[in-house]
Amino acid sequence: MAIERQFCTFHLGALFIGIEVQQVQEVIRRQAMTRVPLAPRAVRGLINLRGQIVTAIDLRERLGLPPRSDEHEPMNVVVRTDEGAVSLLVDEIGDVLETEEAQYEPLPPTLSPESRELIRGVYKLPDRLLLILDTEKVLAMEHAGC
Amino acid sequence: MSDMDEIVKEFLVESTEGLDTLDRNLVALEKRPGDKELMGGIFRAIHTIKGTSGFLGFGRLESVTHVGESLLSDLRDGRKALTPEITSALLQLVDAVRAILGSIESTGIDGHEDFAALVDLLTRLQKGESVAGKAEGAGKPKPEEKSAKAVKAEAPAVTAESVPSPVAAVPVPVPAVSATEGPEAKGSQATDSNIRVDVSLLDKLMNLVGELVLARNQILQYTATQEDSGFVATTQRLNLITTELQEGVMKTRMQPIGNVWAKFPRVVRDLALACKKQVRIEMEGKETELDKTIIEAIKDPLTHIVRNSVDHGMELPGDRVARGKPAEGRLLLRAYHEGGQVNIEISDDGGGVDVARVKAKAIQKGLITAEQATRMAEREIVNLIFAPGFSTAEQVSNISGRGVGMDVVKTNTEKIGGTVDVSSLPGQGTTLKIKIPLTLAIIPALIVTTGGDRFAIPQVSLLELVRLEGDEAGPGIEMVCGSPVYRLRGQLLPLVHLADALGLRSGGGGVPSASGEAVNIVVLQADEHSFGLVVDEINDTEEIVVKPLGKQLKGISAFAGATIMGDGRVALILDVLGIAQKSAVVSEARVRGQTEAAELTRLPCDDKQMLLLFRLGEGRRMAIPLSLVARLEEFPRSAIERAGNHQVVQYRDRLLPLLRLTELLGESGGDVEERDPLPVVVYAHAGRDVGLVVEHILDIVEEHLTVHRRQRPGAVYGTAVIQQQVTDLLDVRALIEGMDGLLFAGAETDTVGAGV
Repeated sequence: MAIERQFCTFHLGALFIGIEVQQVQEVIRRQAMTRVPLAPRAVRGLINLRGQIVTAIDLRERLGLPPRSDEHEPMNVVVRTDEGAVSLLVDEIGDVLETEEAQYEPLPPTLSPESRELIRGVYKLPDRLLLILDTEKVLAMEHAGC
Repeated sequence: MSDMDEIVKEFLVESTEGLDTLDRNLVALEKRPGDKELMGGIFRAIHTIKGTSGFLGFGRLESVTHVGESLLSDLRDGRKALTPEITSALLQLVDAVRAILGSIESTGIDGHEDFAALVDLLTRLQKGESVAGKAEGAGKPKPEEKSAKAVKAEAPAVTAESVPSPVAAVPVPVPAVSATEGPEAKGSQATDSNIRVDVSLLDKLMNLVGELVLARNQILQYTATQEDSGFVATTQRLNLITTELQEGVMKTRMQPIGNVWAKFPRVVRDLALACKKQVRIEMEGKETELDKTIIEAIKDPLTHIVRNSVDHGMELPGDRVARGKPAEGRLLLRAYHEGGQVNIEISDDGGGVDVARVKAKAIQKGLITAEQATRMAEREIVNLIFAPGFSTAEQVSNISGRGVGMDVVKTNTEKIGGTVDVSSLPGQGTTLKIKIPLTLAIIPALIVTTGGDRFAIPQVSLLELVRLEGDEAGPGIEMVCGSPVYRLRGQLLPLVHLADALGLRSGGGGVPSASGEAVNIVVLQADEHSFGLVVDEINDTEEIVVKPLGKQLKGISAFAGATIMGDGRVALILDVLGIAQKSAVVSEARVRGQTEAAELTRLPCDDKQMLLLFRLGEGRRMAIPLSLVARLEEFPRSAIERAGNHQVVQYRDRLLPLLRLTELLGESGGDVEERDPLPVVVYAHAGRDVGLVVEHILDIVEEHLTVHRRQRPGAVYGTAVIQQQVTDLLDVRALIEGMDGLLFAGAETDTVGAGV
């Protein structure tokens, strides 16, 4: 019997990306955000999540994609980490999908270097490809400029 | 609970308290062996424990304390003199008693160890026998064969409640005592009349109070728009109650720092003995109170620093005497409140940090390159001891020197928002200064707005607010060498525009805002310097709850954290020191000046100067005004001749006296002596020329100078940062005038030379 895993999916430009469901705390709409001067570029700001201060990271910037157009409001995918929650800004939220290990394959070589660094692998879904995000690497950005 | 239980409990409380005093007193007694009162106190403490334990039927405790008492009585009556050996044995006795009391508290019986070796040691000491051979093993009590399980089985099932209360008035027979401490009583902690509260509960309370403060702030903000007097009055009450509650909860978590220090006398004593050193520990400000979490966090760093001071800082008694210091070293712990912060200083009068050795070690360990080392200020080098993986101990002792430690001290302190700084005077000692906040959770802060964003500035750093309006605003801010300053009561206050410091404004470059607009200056204290932070708007003061920033933002020194404002939005908390450092208000040059114990004042200059830069031994950079330099020359060594006591060369049909700057400024040789030809700066002075022998001529620069002037000027009258490097400014005139009589016997010595 195939091992099934569940992924919370979202769209980012033309990319269809998934994060393991266990890592996702919640998905929320755009929040009032406080910008952080001097911060790495991918840090969009801080949001107040029920009294908890959460850093919002723009996944587009992180993956080296062009910035999203202004009329497009990003969504917050709040992920749990050992050091509290962090929000990832994405374009649009998809469904929670179940995948089989048999569909898994390593990365195609066509991705940008930034993406290759941060994406673990690909699931071949019947109609499209699901990229699996390495959240730890996405959030480890101490050296990502200042 | 029966009365008997109460008696045992009281005994435990009293004895435990007594033991802590005993520890301290024994160490103190060693310093003052003749102190009859101290001796008497120690004797009485042990005597009381012995007496009560006998009465309560704790046979083991009685037998152990009995031998100690006999030894003490000999000491008290002067039949025997106190030796370190005896003190150690007595301290072991205290440990043994503590262990037995712990066992009584948890299991109700006085343990299953007989401490035979300790009893033996004490007996032999009392009899005056040599214990040299046996002393080593004696400290460790040998557990008896009896297993813990057997003990448990012994405890009868009779509970405390089942003992009829009238019995209590009469001394209860021995077996009944252990019976009263049934399994139910096991968990009970006999300390004192205070309630023991789980720290995590206090933490939770503190968090809740933090949330309450936020909610209160929100309500207050809402109330401002309301007219209903009943509602406003209730809000006022809520406000007051919240404040009081906050203070109350905060107080429950406060502890005197003395709690942590109490164990240090013994730590120092044991360590000093092991290192064969003599160290006296002194404490000031034991009663200074700190939040419990902070106390916990600094406990280990403090212990480490104290151990380090004794192990590395203090010299051996012989060396100390040779340096003209008393054989006994002094370790001073000092704690005091200052501006809402707690300062803890640990200073010793030992050898100080050996800068050359630290430098060599850091290079050897690859922490810095040799090239970096030459550019570093002394202070920076001393602070390398905090670098991870650094240790200067030549020998790895079992006490310290394993290369872990000081970096942990630094990280632990910084984790709680504190700072550590070390300053050291060679041969005179080292001082470590730890600055930590009183509490971490809730702080008063000033809210300001810049670039449309709100920022919180901790009130701790706030000195005053200045607002320049209308006509004042434009001319009020003056420029000194491109940096804005404001005359605050006659003193020049360097200004930093928050928008610039945070990169919120491109270009700008510190230009004062357009005239007519009001300028708001927040005068802040960073370390020992003050500076003015120019902000767009000053809003209000507010109690804020400090929340940490995520790891993606940890590296930004300008922020200390974030908080949630009354309207639910997030605001960043400014790190005043970080901003000051970023804006170079607190420059390394000035800090360095302090270690040299020279008071520096910052003097602005008004225009650019041409300067000649050269190097002396050990990478010291110096500068003199180019206007005073006649020529740069090189002389072959063979051309140097002697005239009287001086070296001269024949130069343009005259004798040119040579001054070796390395010697005059007390700089260690360098490779000047090997250099051939010698680089010489020919200096025009009072119509005569003087040749200054330098190691290497570096450059000629045109620079705005910000001189950090020394108050007692000598040949080096100040320091400035030139080409991003600290450079000493040489007053050649003063130097030459100091030598005048020798150099130009008979020549006129007017002071025409243009001074720098």
